[in-house]
Amino acid sequence: MGIAFSFAAVIALIGLAFIGVKGLNLHFLFGAIVPYAAFLAFIGGFVYKVVKWGRSPVPFHIPTTGGQGYSFPWIKQNKLDSPPTTIWVIGRMLLEVLLFRSLFRNTKSELKHGKLVYGSEKLLWLFGLIFHWSFLIVLVRHFRFFMVSVPLPIKIMEALDSFFQVGVPLVYLTDLTLILGVTYLFIRRVIMPQIRFISIAADYFPLLLIFAIGTTGILMRYFIRVDIVGVKQVAMGLVSFQPVAPGSIGVIFYIHLFLVSALFAYFPFSKLMHLGGVFMSPTRNLANNSRMVRHINPWNYPVHVHTYQEYEDDFREKMKQAGLPVEKE
Amino acid sequence: MAKIPKPEQLSKIDLEPKKHWSQFPIDIRPGMYCHGAKAKDLKVLELPNARDWSPAEEDWKLPQDWKQTVLDGIKERLEKYRSFHIFMDVCVRCGACADKCHFFLGSGDSRNMPVVRAEILRSVYRYYFTPGGKIFGKYAGARELTVDVLKEWWYYFFQCTECRRCSLFCPYGIDQAEITMIGRELMNLLGLNIGWITGPAANCYMKGNHLGLEPHTIKSSIEFFLDDIKDITGVKIEPTFNRKGAEILFVTPSGDLFADPGTYTAMGYLMLFHELDLDYTWSTYASEGGNFGFFTSMEMAKRLNSKIYAEAKRLGVKWIIGGECGHMWRVLHQYMDTFNGPADFLEQPVSPITGTKFENAKSTKMVHVIEFTADLIKNGKLKLDPSRNDNLIVTYHDSCNTARGMGFFEEPRYVIKNVCNHFHEMPEDTIREQTFCCGSGSGLNASEDMELRMRGGFPRANAVKHVHDKHGVNMLANICAIDRATLPPLMDYWVPGVRVTGTHELVANALVMKGEKERETNLRAEPLPGKGGE
Repeated sequence: MGIAFSFAAVIALIGLAFIGVKGLNLHFLFGAIVPYAAFLAFIGGFVYKVVKWGRSPVPFHIPTTGGQGYSFPWIKQNKLDSPPTTIWVIGRMLLEVLLFRSLFRNTKSELKHGKLVYGSEKLLWLFGLIFHWSFLIVLVRHFRFFMVSVPLPIKIMEALDSFFQVGVPLVYLTDLTLILGVTYLFIRRVIMPQIRFISIAADYFPLLLIFAIGTTGILMRYFIRVDIVGVKQVAMGLVSFQPVAPGSIGVIFYIHLFLVSALFAYFPFSKLMHLGGVFMSPTRNLANNSRMVRHINPWNYPVHVHTYQEYEDDFREKMKQAGLPVEKE
Repeated sequence: MAKIPKPEQLSKIDLEPKKHWSQFPIDIRPGMYCHGAKAKDLKVLELPNARDWSPAEEDWKLPQDWKQTVLDGIKERLEKYRSFHIFMDVCVRCGACADKCHFFLGSGDSRNMPVVRAEILRSVYRYYFTPGGKIFGKYAGARELTVDVLKEWWYYFFQCTECRRCSLFCPYGIDQAEITMIGRELMNLLGLNIGWITGPAANCYMKGNHLGLEPHTIKSSIEFFLDDIKDITGVKIEPTFNRKGAEILFVTPSGDLFADPGTYTAMGYLMLFHELDLDYTWSTYASEGGNFGFFTSMEMAKRLNSKIYAEAKRLGVKWIIGGECGHMWRVLHQYMDTFNGPADFLEQPVSPITGTKFENAKSTKMVHVIEFTADLIKNGKLKLDPSRNDNLIVTYHDSCNTARGMGFFEEPRYVIKNVCNHFHEMPEDTIREQTFCCGSGSGLNASEDMELRMRGGFPRANAVKHVHDKHGVNMLANICAIDRATLPPLMDYWVPGVRVTGTHELVANALVMKGEKERETNLRAEPLPGKGGE
């Protein structure tokens, strides 16, 4: 049900852009108004969500420790998985954000003849990494459209990305790996029972949407040629706040742009906010030093306790008989 | 009481679900849950909706406005806990946590996948607190809060031992323990705790310890141990209680005063401290290191925990040593200073025997007894004869809380390896940060939920069985009072022939004391290796 709904939603988005541009000639709507609105929703929604999270305090010091903590000098610490100081927390976070450290631990548990065995399961980590890094590189490569002259770092990135020098135009590796990554993430959701039966539409939709974005992009670059000068005009128009939407570009471009807009607008209201959340997760971004440095809870309030005096009042006679010292005779 | 299936039946577990979790009906099955909290305990703890109730009955006697209470409770906690707020929003359901939970591995129940245990609450969060959930309803994975959903929450939040194993594997560090803790706080707004938690918590609040031992009983229990120690070692020990001016306050879980094999651990502390001539005192008021309030609400955890610093202040001690316990140490390590600090009336702990400054406890001023002992051994301050433990082939079970809430791995291993000659680790996927729960933590160690406990403890037992078969392991060492209470029945069920011990029992058996007689038996009054018997 989740798959069908998500598939229908992506088809509907494609259809909407196609009819809007091809049938109704709403180039300006799809080439300027929608992208602006989506971008605003993205920025506004992202900031709103992060600020909202940030307003909730971190009352307790709850890092998940994944290795030996700070102890005696003669006990070897694991400073990355159980960081003693902020510097090491930064190290832990970098490993987490850039290399998906926790996912790298992943195992697969199986029950064989009454015995639980734990096999290595690195595919999710591998394809997750491939997908995210490819997406990032593809995104950064797109900055060439938004700048008058292409900056050197992007040129270098493009050169590396087309390292194998295949095809005309040269094939970008990340175009392929993005599709590969997103396809794996989708297929595992469909075929692995443990994953399939926890998945909902909100899991399939972004994968299918990104698949459609990648596919339309690839089609445009390698197969259905579009007016590249027109594309640059649209992009430059958007960043210079003088939007134009030439009808000459080809509808595939507008479909691509509309899907990207949909992703941007959807982003802050969805699980995709893990992009922001991972940096703020208190089980990862705190040092394991809570016996060395006092963590303050801003809403710590006085509570009702049973005091020693009340306790002694309850048991004074028994305590005296047992020879236990008391405060009041 | 529900009958527990035989191990052969129980271990037939299907880890591949056949339909979506939301399509499985909720079956609140005897053997898988604990009795409801009693009115009298809820009253003592000043918790709402105090009444006797039973989960087995249709009517849970909820307050009239229960729904609004829960929704207000969620809103309040979203604003108070960044953890909760983020964990409600960012899960991508990648499934990395799914097969990491001991309850899932022992039951195959989809709702025991950590991701789903969170989704059952998250779905309600989406419905009431997010625009997507409001607009798209079930397509966004959102659903309304109903009595059935509430019962589902109760059933599954009390099928989580807050062990944090899922959080280790989660790419965003989503911690189901945190979600369960907040879920249980919501339950407590309606008086829906379990008796096995509120009973001990009420005892602890009024009498100072979970078992409800009154001051004179604590003293007499310990005196009973002293007689045994005298018989076994010939050494006469005279500890003090509630003594002002002692250098150190010692706090340990009360379970160690009550039942085997924890009692042998308590005897171990007594013997060690006596041998060192340590200037320390027990307290009958702060007579509980554990904290069943922690399984109720943060407020209750703070209320129970307050006694430790209050007593340290009243007695005028310089610092505190804490005994072997799991969740106790999560609270002491990650919460106590925040709850009830600053402990500015105490001094930074320094071992009077070795002069070692405990840098890692300089703010909280509370030292783990294992750290204390490891430092003694490292500095050659103990005379040890590990051959007295030669009849034991030992493995070590990391407690969830000291593992993933403290990073406490090498200290206990160092101590054990110095007091035992035969030590073997369990498989690496089941120890240290990846350790499996005993299956009965977080207040689930009752007797009426024995099937749940045997299921939850299955992965741990399975790993013990591996080293039992391979190396002949016959003793499971740990540093947790709940382990000492719950692992023996787990071993009897899954791995007969393996017994359970606290680490300081092993220390005390190996400890050569000044003026001791030739020992014939260990603390369990069993012949020492080479002495009689075999």
